[in-house]
Amino acid sequence: MALEEILKPQDYATEVHNDWCPGCGDFGILRTVQMALAELKLNPYRVAMVSGIGCSAKTVHYIKTYGVHTLHGRVLPVAQGVKLANPGLEVVAVGGDGDGMGIGGAHFVNAGRRNLDMLYILFDNGVYGLTKGQASPTLKLGVQTKSLAHPNINEAVNPIWLALAAGATWVGRGYSYDVKHLKDLIVQGIRHRGYAFLDVLQPCPTYNDINTKEWYGGEDRAETNGGRPLPRVYKLDGEGFDPVVHDSSEIELKASKALEKSLEWGDRIPIGVFYRNEHVSMYGDRIQQRIPTYFENPPAVQRIAGPHGEPLTDLTKLLGRLTIKPS
Amino acid sequence: MTGKPSKVNDLSWMIGGPQGSGVDSSANAFARACAHGGLNVFGKREYYSNIKGEHSYFTVRAVTGTVRSHIDETHLLATFDAETAFRHIREVTDDGAIVYDSGLGKTKISGIPTIEHRLEDELKTYLIARGLGETLDDMLASAKQRGVTLVPIPYSDLLTQVADEFKVDALSKIARMINMLAVGASFGILRFDFDTIVKALDDVFRAKIAVVKMNASAARKAYDLAASLAPDFGYRLERMPRKEPRLFLSGSQATALGKLYGGLRVQTYYPITPASDESEFLESNEVLDLKMPEEADSEFVKEKGASVLVVQTEDEISSVTMACGAALTGARAATATSGPGFCLMMEGIGYSSINEIPLVITLYQRAGPSTGMPTRHEQGDLRFALHAGHGESPRILLASGDFEEMIRDGVHSLNFAERYQMPVIHLVDKALANNSGTIPVPDLSDLKIDRGSLVTQADGYSPENPYKRFDLRNGPISARAVIGQHGTLFWNTGDEHDEFGHITEDPGLRNLMMEKREAKLQLAAKEIPDPLKYHYFGPNDAETVIVSWGSTKGAILDALDRLHAEKQSVGFLQLRLLNPFPSEAVMAHLAKAKRRVDVEMNFSGQLGGLIRERTGVDCTHQVVKYNGRPMSSTEVYDAVLRIILGKAEKRTVLTLGA
Repeated sequence: MALEEILKPQDYATEVHNDWCPGCGDFGILRTVQMALAELKLNPYRVAMVSGIGCSAKTVHYIKTYGVHTLHGRVLPVAQGVKLANPGLEVVAVGGDGDGMGIGGAHFVNAGRRNLDMLYILFDNGVYGLTKGQASPTLKLGVQTKSLAHPNINEAVNPIWLALAAGATWVGRGYSYDVKHLKDLIVQGIRHRGYAFLDVLQPCPTYNDINTKEWYGGEDRAETNGGRPLPRVYKLDGEGFDPVVHDSSEIELKASKALEKSLEWGDRIPIGVFYRNEHVSMYGDRIQQRIPTYFENPPAVQRIAGPHGEPLTDLTKLLGRLTIKPS
Repeated sequence: MTGKPSKVNDLSWMIGGPQGSGVDSSANAFARACAHGGLNVFGKREYYSNIKGEHSYFTVRAVTGTVRSHIDETHLLATFDAETAFRHIREVTDDGAIVYDSGLGKTKISGIPTIEHRLEDELKTYLIARGLGETLDDMLASAKQRGVTLVPIPYSDLLTQVADEFKVDALSKIARMINMLAVGASFGILRFDFDTIVKALDDVFRAKIAVVKMNASAARKAYDLAASLAPDFGYRLERMPRKEPRLFLSGSQATALGKLYGGLRVQTYYPITPASDESEFLESNEVLDLKMPEEADSEFVKEKGASVLVVQTEDEISSVTMACGAALTGARAATATSGPGFCLMMEGIGYSSINEIPLVITLYQRAGPSTGMPTRHEQGDLRFALHAGHGESPRILLASGDFEEMIRDGVHSLNFAERYQMPVIHLVDKALANNSGTIPVPDLSDLKIDRGSLVTQADGYSPENPYKRFDLRNGPISARAVIGQHGTLFWNTGDEHDEFGHITEDPGLRNLMMEKREAKLQLAAKEIPDPLKYHYFGPNDAETVIVSWGSTKGAILDALDRLHAEKQSVGFLQLRLLNPFPSEAVMAHLAKAKRRVDVEMNFSGQLGGLIRERTGVDCTHQVVKYNGRPMSSTEVYDAVLRIILGKAEKRTVLTLGA
């Protein structure tokens, strides 16, 4: 069917009223997801967008694919449930930094251990927007955004580092105002064979008055740059950084390099691909070792009943093992 | 006991020992041997939350007829450590016997660190009152005083003989076999056909011939010695010819079998006692066999293998939400847990309810609150399961009372979840999970898969007539599409939603959606047939009616048999469907009874309260137990008889069990 051929980014948009604040960094991510879906020519009926809670989680209502807006922090378990039951689907998870790094922290770590073939996009703005601007796990220690009574008392978690430690096999970071670059990252993340994690720096214009679009753009540093803004965000690939693990012997080296890069912050903030390793088995392949027909006939599509509702699971052998035969 | 007990094929046997010493496998061998000999068995397992060293024990009832529960008395106590003898010897009937290690006589109570101080003091007081000291010999002497037969077995000598025979260089390599010596000795005293033991060993050791041979030889030695030491023991087991095959299984296996038969395809879980056994059984049997449908079907030939995917998650929040994700794709999905894990699942239940996601949670209740007693029994979660989660979220509660119901309810739960598109909590408990026994091979041919209202390609959705997941036009149940089904995009959210599944806060829509979800529950109340709502046993005009739910069923039915044999007018209303609540049936069976006895394994009588709430009917008496040990039929019999005779207070608290 030609459907997939003619799809444009706007074909992945619903008519649901978008209630994000004007200037929200989420718009850039929404747009790039739609662009990436169009570029990959993905059939909307084969895509599940899954989200957590908060502003970022509303994303799925604005995208014309299956959209599962879950509970606070639970985006990854639900997304993995969808993918595990039907590995033929394309699953993209989206969620906020509080959702993923705070209340969903355990899921974040364990998703890495599984390495399912899916992408998780983190909307990273340092605040809990929908509850009016509390500090999120990615806000740096000592930073006082506008709703805070005092400077942030907690150290920030480093999503890139945490993703690497957890076992994500593709780790990237994008910036929501660099749309083309971000779109490319999303395309790569979806294409990656394994669990891809994409941290997206996404200014919250309402509650984060520190890490603003202007701040990322380095407008405050124009004086030192001959009157032109000196952006803080720079591209890894522009500096020849090679994130790819070409063979298994390079895992330690490439992971160390990625960790090193992930520590950069402040005047220079790297975006791009930090790490890519396709030498780790995916969870689906591990399942297939035990259940040979897993991909051919995954749980979601198995027939369980005949035309008259008769159960098709044959318990004969199992019951046989539990049977005491006549003496 | 009233009347003279039948001493042939009516036995209560117990074996105990430190955890990790093979108590379970010896009990398994004993019970299987009885079953191979044509007897029916019921096994009850008690253990500490511990890996090695603490005391565990197993009781097996072996009878000719039907047996569904344990009794308080032990006729034959098989031990191979001193602790078991100290703990349980007082439970042995005067005409009973104890098998023990003849080398342990000098062991003192105070020398056993795993005996609690409270019990130590109690045992010392018991012995002092009889003018005895505090060694095992003293304890045995106290038993002998009242007629108990003592059967001393020199385990170490017998093991040496086995080691010589099979050329084993170190005794420690076969020390574990001591448990089979205890089994052999037991059957020797009981004069049971030795061939059945060999068959049982075949089962237990799965045809590892050398192991079977060595264990059989060991058991034979103990068998012969014990038979010569107690030639006149009053209890006997005799082979019963049987034509029909029977199942020998545990409750955990029963539930797993039911879920498989019901088409379960994804099970998520986080390790927790006593629920994990079910998931482990499923995982061990993840590749399934398929059978042909009744009618030849061209599509079926293409079906490539069946399987159940079992996923161990990072926590129970993940288990329940991952199962929701799987269910959204059309797979029948479930999770199994116990109280502490169920606590973490609340948000998933609400999510499943508001999104009308078919979800089954098998809830193995255990003693709470908090961590409580992880390996001990309770029915303390009825109110919890009913109300778990914030807001008002319809769910179905179904409670099983025995192995066959556990199998059947595995299927029914999955059916209800899809038919009514809501969470189903299948209530079972520690006792049901860990009990084992024989049952007739159940006829499951009446069980069908009911997937409820599903979207088909023929429904012809189009941009002009788009699919609406929560369509309000055709009654409370909307046709369900699954993720990946062409032409049927939908959305889900934990927020209140419109017909497409998008967020809404519109007051009118909110009302419609709340009413839709509640109406499904009313529909379930109307449609679910009576036998799934309740069972009633006994005369319809009984003066005394017992009402209960779940695993007390076995003890109550066994007690009921005795009460009926004594011409007492007693009935038993076993409630199966606890939400929606079968108020009419409860009214019909309870309202007219002179005495209404609520029997439950919890402190407050949760079902009694629920009955009062839903029907206005008050139970006149309450029999409860909350010490973590399941009710015996003896306890139920005694309590109900006292109530009938007007000798009981309004509330009876049962306290037996070690």
